[in-house]
Amino acid sequence: MKISTIKELLNAEVLCGEALIENDVHSACGSDMMSDVLAYVKDQAVLLTGLVNSQVIRTAQMMDMVCIVFVRSKRPTAEMIAIAEECGLVVLTTNKRMYEACGTLYSSGLGVAKEL
Amino acid sequence: MSEFLNFHFDVDGENFVSAGQASVQVKKNLRELGLPPEIIRQVSIAMYEGEINMVIHAGGGVADVNVYEDRIVIILADTGPGIKDIELAMTEGYSTATDNVRSLGFGAGMGLPNMKRYTDEMTIESEVGKGTTITMCVYLK
Repeated sequence: MKISTIKELLNAEVLCGEALIENDVHSACGSDMMSDVLAYVKDQAVLLTGLVNSQVIRTAQMMDMVCIVFVRSKRPTAEMIAIAEECGLVVLTTNKRMYEACGTLYSSGLGVAKEL
Repeated sequence: MSEFLNFHFDVDGENFVSAGQASVQVKKNLRELGLPPEIIRQVSIAMYEGEINMVIHAGGGVADVNVYEDRIVIILADTGPGIKDIELAMTEGYSTATDNVRSLGFGAGMGLPNMKRYTDEMTIESEVGKGTTITMCVYLK
């Protein structure tokens, strides 16, 4: 699925990485616990989260993710966006809640991340 | 001991926002060395978890990453409170993190098990009241 499709499905706003939204992604995970993201998933490309702090960006960076979707209308700070931009991440924000955002993407064909 | 490249970092224990910066730098350095992406990911996740632990539990410390021809060794040393029961601390889901730390997205009790999972060898030396040194090794296959 293209990131631009995620944007449309979630009626999301692009906060950075506009130039990369035609890239393809194949899996996603949703969590507010970065510990669990680091522990349970592998090769996921998209992180959906309602947590807003700099460690969200760093976790995505460490996991080689390509896109972060902030749910529940959460907005990262300008500083976080700058870090995300620097490491080539696409950052989206949607007003959908976590359950609906994940469900929408899953039922549209975006798979789950493989477990280790 | 064979020759190796060393990357040394002081981890600031006061600042949760900057936690992980050393791991970000290591990831960049290892990329520049042209190491395989999977190895880089293993090292950077293990180190990142360790770095977060140092910040939330131990008030910071020092991190060294040594790159040898056949392996990468990560040494994280702190002078924090130490780990009373290492076996218990290694249990998935066991955590002594505060609610504040949990609200920041950490403290699920996955840090140490995850560090072990992503590395080929891990040893923990810890003394209550004195500190903890964790040594992790990833083989360059």
